[in-house]
Amino acid sequence: MSTVTKSTGPAAVPLRFATPIGGVAGTSFKPEHLPDILEAGPRRGFFEVHAENYMGAGGPSHRALEAIRRDHPLSLHGVCMSIGGPGPLDKAHLARFRGLVARYQPALVSEHLAWSTHETSFFNDLLPLPYTAATLACVCDHIDQVQEAIRRPLLLENPSTYVAFRQSSMSETDFIRTVAERTGCGLLLDVNNVFVSATNHGFSALEYLANFPLSQVGEIHLAGHAEQADDEGDLLLIDSHDGPVADAVWKLYEIVIQRRGAVPTLIEWDSKIPDWPVLQAEAAAAQTILDRHQSAMPVGDRHAA
Amino acid sequence: MPHEAGLSFAASFAQALLDPARSTPADLTGPNGKAAGRRYDVYRNNVTVSLIDALAAIYPAVQRITGADFFRAMARPHVRSNPPTSPLLFEYGRYFPEFIAQYEHAQAMPWLPDVARIERAWLDAYHAADALPLSPGRLSAVTPDRLADLAFIPHPATRCLRSQYAAVTIFAANRDDAPVTRIDASRPEDTLITRPEFDVAVRRLPPDGAVFANHLISGRPLGEAAAAALEASSEFDIAANIAGLIEAGAFTSLASGDPT
Repeated sequence: MSTVTKSTGPAAVPLRFATPIGGVAGTSFKPEHLPDILEAGPRRGFFEVHAENYMGAGGPSHRALEAIRRDHPLSLHGVCMSIGGPGPLDKAHLARFRGLVARYQPALVSEHLAWSTHETSFFNDLLPLPYTAATLACVCDHIDQVQEAIRRPLLLENPSTYVAFRQSSMSETDFIRTVAERTGCGLLLDVNNVFVSATNHGFSALEYLANFPLSQVGEIHLAGHAEQADDEGDLLLIDSHDGPVADAVWKLYEIVIQRRGAVPTLIEWDSKIPDWPVLQAEAAAAQTILDRHQSAMPVGDRHAA
Repeated sequence: MPHEAGLSFAASFAQALLDPARSTPADLTGPNGKAAGRRYDVYRNNVTVSLIDALAAIYPAVQRITGADFFRAMARPHVRSNPPTSPLLFEYGRYFPEFIAQYEHAQAMPWLPDVARIERAWLDAYHAADALPLSPGRLSAVTPDRLADLAFIPHPATRCLRSQYAAVTIFAANRDDAPVTRIDASRPEDTLITRPEFDVAVRRLPPDGAVFANHLISGRPLGEAAAAALEASSEFDIAANIAGLIEAGAFTSLASGDPT
């Protein structure tokens, strides 16, 4: 039973909630891995794609995504909605996003607490915002619009940041919790982002996680980061997605899973992309941790734990 | 939406992103009063580098010809003065061929903008809507008296480009890592790009084939396209050219005089 109908709103897109996929580990889908993935056949897990890469009218990208989606649950991860920006959402972009949700029926749909477009310029980066009453109202309004368009809850991802705004009047966790309460959205907890931001801003990652509304978390991201230095020569971590998950992030992840129970977990790897077996091994490591805690999760696969 | 109270942060943040001469926005800080300069520069770097990377992904042959250092030095001022206006990066870089044509250090490669135009068209064809190409048998079923009025619906992927240089030969020789032999760049070449199913195909058109093809792609009837091509060259082979276009998958259907 995966289809729910609703009499309100436009009828073009059926309201359909995918079966919860439970505590499985997935990977970013990279087209260069397609032959290996298809040859290996259906596997436990899911694939996540950046929505914008599949917003073309047709061609090989859609053929690849169809092939992946045939045998696996999909996570649709939006990167460019600019939910955290002060400007109005791009209606054409929202329509494309809605179209992808309708076409591919993803198990998970997520976007970022960040912005990337200002006026007519698209900056192709996840830019930070101050946490104030004004930005809170704006973000909630944008999420309402997205959820109305796709007619299902969105998972909002916590950012990794390098700067803070002097005008911020609330903590990131308070901001995110209030957004979830007001809009009913779920949360995508990026544990690497927590670690990166904690290092960059000198706060405790464990304290951040203690204040994070874990019960709202519907997906977790894990990724690698890189090291630079700030103006004072201190360590500045860069959310680079270009390597294996750091040991410290694995530790935080296990703490989160202990508290939250098993939830879908993605290994994000977007540049210096390794061969498929390397990426798969990283997902297997996450799956091992998930399987240790499967009993804590009421939904999901039944298997030997 | 104009900047409402408390929402001006994005304007000041955005203003300095692509302009290294501007100072770090005043409302930014590091923790415990630490400076935000190098921290803000991470965003500047992410934006500029990722957009240059996007151009490099769209224009791999241009990058191979110029070398990565030249390419990135050429792309940097372009991304700063022409950031994307769409969040779809595969739409980016439409003004880059024209920028290359004006770029001081690329003047010794006058054919480079046309190579770039082929690469941009290649990506448009790659993402174009799916459609079945016209079957060759459809044309032979048209009675001769209706041929002159026959028009064609172009496939969404079809592009036809003209060059005063050997642009398609240079393009084809530089889209992969195979060794490149000497090319006479001064020979004019016209390019047909199609995607009959899922693979983009790039062809060099016969002489004056582009005059003919462009008439048909823009919806003009066969008789008019043939007259224009024959005016360009009295030896123009209409039968071979129309067969070539159909075989390449340039069209999806007949617009009029359809016998079925």
